[in-house]
Amino acid sequence: MSDEQNHNVSRRQFLTYTLTGVGGFMAAGIILPMARFAIDPVLQAESEGDMKAVTDVSELTEEPQRFDFSYDQEDAWVTSETTETAYIYQSGDEVVALSSTCTHLGCTVSWATNEEYPDEFFCPCHGGRYEKDGTNIEGTPPTEPLHKYEVEVRDGTVYVGKAEPQV
Amino acid sequence: MLQRVYEWVDERLDITPMWRDIADHEVPEHVNPAHHFSAFVYCFGGLTFFITVIQILSGMFLTMYYVPDIVNAYESVRYLQGDVAYGTIVRGMHHWGASLVIVMIFLHTLRVFFTGAYKKPRELNWVVGVLIFFVMLGLGFTGYLLPWDMKAYFATVVGLQIAESVPLVGTLAKTLLAGDPEIIGAQTLTRFFAIHVFFLPGALLGLLAAHFIMIRRQGISGPL
Ligand code: HEM
Ligand code: FES
Repeated sequence: MSDEQNHNVSRRQFLTYTLTGVGGFMAAGIILPMARFAIDPVLQAESEGDMKAVTDVSELTEEPQRFDFSYDQEDAWVTSETTETAYIYQSGDEVVALSSTCTHLGCTVSWATNEEYPDEFFCPCHGGRYEKDGTNIEGTPPTEPLHKYEVEVRDGTVYVGKAEPQV
Repeated sequence: MLQRVYEWVDERLDITPMWRDIADHEVPEHVNPAHHFSAFVYCFGGLTFFITVIQILSGMFLTMYYVPDIVNAYESVRYLQGDVAYGTIVRGMHHWGASLVIVMIFLHTLRVFFTGAYKKPRELNWVVGVLIFFVMLGLGFTGYLLPWDMKAYFATVVGLQIAESVPLVGTLAKTLLAGDPEIIGAQTLTRFFAIHVFFLPGALLGLLAAHFIMIRRQGISGPL
């Protein structure tokens, strides 16, 4: 190696760079598909939960009523029937469907089952209470309103989608 | 940057001698393809190890989706191959790698045989090499059942019949492998899975370690 060519790439450097480069390329070619394979659940487009038929509008009153509805839940290679429970009522022109899952620790609430609170949702587990529109009552364990279903009324049938937080 | 991190660690833990001892050795002229192109035959051992690493990696990732259960196995393989991103590639690596690793180990064995590298003092490493080969065959046999399709099932039916044909202990061996004297089913699949992903890879890693420690001790055999 001559002096005036100091800043030129030496044979050793050239080999280091090319071998590291080619090696890195090969390693990436092996690792990247496996990494993408592993993180697929995070990147899979969230399925637009289908709207499920629950009941006829004519069944509804101003009073929340309990409706159980079932649908096929797809969990990778397993499809299984899943049942959910909603409380649905008519509020003027609007149809309101509330989830029956307590926002405290997930027990099932029911409408007007506690004689002391006839116009509220009541959770038997720790005495959680909610108003008719799902608002949690101050001083009881739940910290947020009951979740609310996306609702659609078509040809006299009530369809619900996914239950979303109200706040 | 990397250099500085390395120096920081090295200053405290003196790691240089560790990797030097493992990796920093002159490649003898007679095994260096840059000197004699025909020396490429000395690469097959390394290539066998390279593909083994790929088998272990891709196998680990496959188990993220695979279930060893006769109801779900086939569907889970179909799901991981068809619906998971790069599933075809990751399963493909494992599927083709399984055959390629046998090709490589075979070529490596030919090289060792024809260069006489098995002779004193390296007899023990030949023995270990043969054990590695048997473990590989075992991995191929047990892995082949896992997709639980027709080909997998009937290949195993035949394989177990071969085991059964062994004098005296044949029936015993078959029952032990299949988990049932007659049925090839639920218990066969879970056993094959356990053997495929825990027992044989464990044995393989132990044998590879012995193989490499002996090479390190004895060096590569001399030129012809
Ligand atoms: C030298 C090592 C190995 C060899 C030769 C080998 C061989 C095989 C073969 C032939 C199959 C069937 C593939 C097919 O039909 O598409 C298979 C499947 C499988 N192997 Fe391995 N294997 C090895 C190591 C491993 C390791 C270390 C693991 C996990 C830790 C693993 C996990 C699996 C799984 C989960 C399957 C089922 C998925 C599928 O069939 O694509 N393998 N293996
Ligand atoms: S779970 Fe409903 S109040 Fe605690």
